[in-house]
Amino acid sequence: MRFCRKKAMDKTQMAAMLRDMLRARAFEEAAAQAYAQGHIAGFLHLYPGEEAVAVGVLHAAEPGDYVVSTYREHVHALVRGIPARQIMAELHGKKTGISGGMGGSMHLFDKDRRFLGGYAIVGETFPIALGAGYAVAYRKLPEAVLCFFGDGAVNQGTFHESLNMAALWKLPIFFICENNHYQIGTEIHRHSAITEVYKRACAYGIPAEKADGMNVIAVHEAAERALERIRAGEGPQFLELETYRYRGHSMADSGSYRPNAELNAYQANDPIAAAVHEAEYPYPGIEAVAAASANSVTRFADHCCQEGHLDDATVERMRREVQEEVADAVTFAEQSAAPDMEDAWKAFHRNRRFETLMEVAR
Amino acid sequence: MSEMFYWQALNRAMDAEMAADETVLTLGEDVGLYGGTYRVTEGLMAKYGEWRVRDTPISENSFTGLGVGAAMLGLRPVVEIMTINFALFAMDAIVNMAAKIPFMSGGQFPMPLTIRMPGGVAKQLGAQHSQRLEHMLMNVPGLRMVVPATPQDAYWQLRQAIRSDDPVIVLEHELLYFSKGRVDEMVPAPPIHQAVVRRRGRDITCVAYSRMLPLALQAAETLAAEGIELTVIDLRSLSPIDWNTCIAAVEQTHRCLIVEEDCRFAGAGAEFAATLQEHCFYLLDAPIRRLAGMDIPTPFNGTLEAASIPRADDIVQAARQMMARKEAAR
Ligand SMILES: Cc1ncc(C[n+]2csc(CCOP(=O)(O)OP(=O)(O)O)c2C)c(N)n1
Ligand SMILES: [Mg+2]
Repeated sequence: MRFCRKKAMDKTQMAAMLRDMLRARAFEEAAAQAYAQGHIAGFLHLYPGEEAVAVGVLHAAEPGDYVVSTYREHVHALVRGIPARQIMAELHGKKTGISGGMGGSMHLFDKDRRFLGGYAIVGETFPIALGAGYAVAYRKLPEAVLCFFGDGAVNQGTFHESLNMAALWKLPIFFICENNHYQIGTEIHRHSAITEVYKRACAYGIPAEKADGMNVIAVHEAAERALERIRAGEGPQFLELETYRYRGHSMADSGSYRPNAELNAYQANDPIAAAVHEAEYPYPGIEAVAAASANSVTRFADHCCQEGHLDDATVERMRREVQEEVADAVTFAEQSAAPDMEDAWKAFHRNRRFETLMEVAR
Repeated sequence: MSEMFYWQALNRAMDAEMAADETVLTLGEDVGLYGGTYRVTEGLMAKYGEWRVRDTPISENSFTGLGVGAAMLGLRPVVEIMTINFALFAMDAIVNMAAKIPFMSGGQFPMPLTIRMPGGVAKQLGAQHSQRLEHMLMNVPGLRMVVPATPQDAYWQLRQAIRSDDPVIVLEHELLYFSKGRVDEMVPAPPIHQAVVRRRGRDITCVAYSRMLPLALQAAETLAAEGIELTVIDLRSLSPIDWNTCIAAVEQTHRCLIVEEDCRFAGAGAEFAATLQEHCFYLLDAPIRRLAGMDIPTPFNGTLEAASIPRADDIVQAARQMMARKEAAR
């Protein structure tokens, strides 16, 4: 009912997106549990509530595209195809983790999948993406660089500097703002003079759109449009996605500064519940019809005509499967060996070709 | 005199200075409504309002620069940078502006700016959030830097920093905020840069600061039980350094062990060792020894992280080795 699209979406693609959203939610909740049990330490920034953003955008990307993300990047990594086992093991600081246990939750890297990292310093994703975009343009390749960042990050100088250069040199960068309205405890009206983030892009002549970040199909469509323009050589594009995080900023933060009404409103608009509803609900129930305005009924009716649908049983099976996948990832992480100091030095010296210098006692 | 957490001592100091002087203000990310990441500014916004307790966007370079500009007009800003790792974005404001303006203006513009931030290795925060960068700031003439290790020093050194007309970095430590100690708000503190001897012993002078101080004291306890007596110096200030106190102690013990969380290569301890040997060379019975962080970005894995910086046990071992060589030399 919430979804209305110009272009019919392939049924398998819809199912794939739904599956990834369920995986994302299950993964993050399992990570939260492992943290509560003391198996994961440090900062742990979780994604529940924002799934539609990473899933919608990344499903529009090609394997040849590059992804740059923040410290809230488990789901980007997961949807990008990094196995849940390796992400979970990294969160546990294990040798089998995607960064060998050296990076942790905020620093997932995967060269093969062109995942250029999670960055813990706010504002770093811009210059990294700028450099990647430069390298792609330099080689005249058809690839795009996806740069994720939060609403808080746009006040860092690197945002403005990077947008200017990206526009100036027409670099193939897709700037994606995950606007969850908060910079830790500071609500967007208290940290930004312009709260409609996409408007900032016009200062640099970068085409910008805003879409409902709680609606995976809207996100996906907007991302496809932007990527098409990038691949057509039109230079950087900007997409603001309005979303919400259900948990605190990290596991160390209760999020208690947010009004309950606000949290409830966004929970009622849960992107996963919406996607499940979208995928499995062929016809509106009597109550839904009664509750909806004429406009949304038509929209929903249109939608129902155009789309195939899944059934309850399929969604249930998906839920079970992602739970199994995540449980397996947790077991794998728990049972994996920890790296030792030798591994740390190896990681450090790997690109120094293991040169040996005089050993100095500590 | 009361027992309180380190963060509470800082909070009390802020409150005392803000109450006493209305040119004192504070700004930083989440210092206001949220009450500060480590609670240091808790309650201040309600009491002093948003012009004196300003929540900022994530714009470290410019809000630190704001502190510099406001200080030029006679305000006494206390800029909170959430952690020292983010101060790297503010290096221009700190190094090119705050440290230089008083001098470049021929002394016309004092710089009553305080920058508070925690540094150090905490608990598995990863390589970008576990840095010790004191050596970088020590190398910048024009800055002062204090490194309080106790709630008492946190209280007084912050107050002194706010009253100082020099730019002062108050380098706190993420793992010290929830340490407890007695704070005497009546007795005036020693000068801001003075080192303090925390324990006296005849065998080795151990020079430490910030979170390495409690570790050094803990190690000294263990060593005392085996008959090795440490003098433990708490530097309290890394710029300037109170060399007199250090030299006097080394002259008594003839041995010196430096303990720092900073990385070893060109770290803070390299400066201590170099200057102390210039002054004490002929009185030393052994080379000055440094225990420091490994020259590697901090690994995320908890065990490796802990092993990458000195632990109390490492101090004990090092002291034993220094004394064993003494025995062997006899
Ligand atoms: C340069 C820098 N300053 C401050 C921080 C501390 N910090 C971590 S996340 C964060 C808020 C970021 O908000 P936003 O960009 O909206 O992303 P969100 O966490 O909401 O996804 C802050 C202030 C940091 N990591 N880096
Ligand atoms: Mg945000």
